Amino acid sequence: MSAKIPKPTALAKPVQLPERIANVEQVRSVRTPISLNYDFIPGQAAQAYLTAFGEKRILGQRSPVDGAVFVPPRGVDPRFGVATTEYVELPDKGHIGSFCVTQVPIPGRDDLELPYISAWIFLDGADIGFIGLVGECDTADCRIGMRVEAVWKDDDQIAQTAENIKWWRPTGEPDVAFDQAGGRGFAARQAARADGTGHASQPNSANPASQ
Amino acid sequence: MGKERCAVIGIGQTKYASTRGDVSMAGLVREAAYRALEDAEMTWQDIDAVVLGKAPDFFEGVMMPELFLADALGCAGKPMLRVHTAGSVGGSTALVATTLVQAGIHDRVLLVGFEKQSESNAMWALSLPQPFSVSINAGAGGYFSPIIRQYMEVSQAPELIGCLVAFKDRQHALKNPYAHLHQKDLTFEQVVDSPMLWEPIRYSETCPSSDGACAMVLGNEATADAADKPVAWVQATAMRSEANNFPGRNDVSPLASRQCAQDLYRQAGIQNPRAEIDMLEMYVPFSWYEPMWLESLGFAEDGQGWRLVEDGSTQLDGGDLPVNCSGGVLSSNPIGASGTIRFAEAALQVRGLAEERQVDGVRRALGHAYGGGAQYFAMWIVGSEKP
Repeated sequence: MSAKIPKPTALAKPVQLPERIANVEQVRSVRTPISLNYDFIPGQAAQAYLTAFGEKRILGQRSPVDGAVFVPPRGVDPRFGVATTEYVELPDKGHIGSFCVTQVPIPGRDDLELPYISAWIFLDGADIGFIGLVGECDTADCRIGMRVEAVWKDDDQIAQTAENIKWWRPTGEPDVAFDQAGGRGFAARQAARADGTGHASQPNSANPASQ
Repeated sequence: MGKERCAVIGIGQTKYASTRGDVSMAGLVREAAYRALEDAEMTWQDIDAVVLGKAPDFFEGVMMPELFLADALGCAGKPMLRVHTAGSVGGSTALVATTLVQAGIHDRVLLVGFEKQSESNAMWALSLPQPFSVSINAGAGGYFSPIIRQYMEVSQAPELIGCLVAFKDRQHALKNPYAHLHQKDLTFEQVVDSPMLWEPIRYSETCPSSDGACAMVLGNEATADAADKPVAWVQATAMRSEANNFPGRNDVSPLASRQCAQDLYRQAGIQNPRAEIDMLEMYVPFSWYEPMWLESLGFAEDGQGWRLVEDGSTQLDGGDLPVNCSGGVLSSNPIGASGTIRFAEAALQVRGLAEERQVDGVRRALGHAYGGGAQYFAMWIVGSEKP
């Protein structure tokens, strides 16, 4: 098929096994599955987020530097290396920043029917996205900028976990324009905050789809 | 205060394959290291220190493998350093080793990048559940597919550009005896007809899962001047990183990537990379990253990188800016070694030792690696002339 690759000289000689193990079957590989269970201590911001999420509320945090809103909050604005302490409540509506139509099964999620859509969800008023499943939507109909809303689990199944939202479904509202969707819309959102047309403390009024 | 000059003096690679069942991890790294030593016409005794890189430990589930690999790399009692920067690690490893020489700490350093994917489960390792996020991201393809989708929309590139890249790299791989994939009967139609895995990424547009190791011997100026074979001088090095999710992030062409490239060109005195760099080895695990990185690295205007693919500029055969003559990550992906291979193949081209995959008259070549959520970057420029 292709040129032979010579062995390095030092490795070219065949290995001579000692007589007493010369006829023993060679072990080429051994599989030793292991598991590790651990307690997750989320830290202040993630704990507040998960606690609120257990009440079907979505919390973000606002940057003290320029008002950008992070959800889920991690207690820090990585751009400036400053702590974020102010909480903002966000609606369970937003748009798709971008997405993937996945045709391959993933470990631990046998329940997902293929193909499924995983998308970056940008909540109204938030400036970063997070991963969410898109449902009640044909894969061919999914679009960057498509407006979506959360479909929550039944109240008796709500816990402090991201799995509370079963999936995000299309709302049928007009799409967010491509150049305003996801991270591309950040500059415009900041400008709107600056001139007071969409103050960041009222995320719904900063809805980029309302234009 | 000047720094020591540094050059690539020896290069060694293993044959890349889905399973190198004939060797252990130790045997794998030793094979690459031996070849690098032979190429450098050195022995273990000549090496002052070893730098080792691989993807995160939980891929194979062997914690701090550098400790048990020290013996196999002939460095018992010698300094050894481990590098961690996710997928870019193979490149970062070369840069750390370069720093040790340039700082005058060591005269001759052996560096090795490796991965034994057959003993790991990268898909599992890259899909770990976290309480504040739903567990639906399907490995690296699931992560990069939405970014590629944005590029396709921004650039309005023809739909089959990714397939052209994949076909080109697999053709290049046929000229590289070390490449994992040797698909000599592959047709462009087969690439196009391949099923979608992470739409818009086809199976044919993704990298394979490989075992392999790549090693280099770096030396200071005195060592390089004494070498019989041609050497590749390190003319510029740069590393940058950024968070993988922040407001306004350009995830198609991250700021860290652009700044890393600009720093590199400034060091090398390059004004026009397209004209002054003769070939590129870039980290392209998914085909669309070739046009995306060509733009980010300044070889094309934003949104225009795909034109270099379409017009054949990036082909070994007849292109004026050949990209991934080795077959690239799309043809061999031992993750921790993949960056090292890019850096090493750039050096091989400069030394004129790339055999069938040699580009004529390479004076300057760029090696590139990226990792994480396209957030860690490592690059170098090597050349036939001293910096």
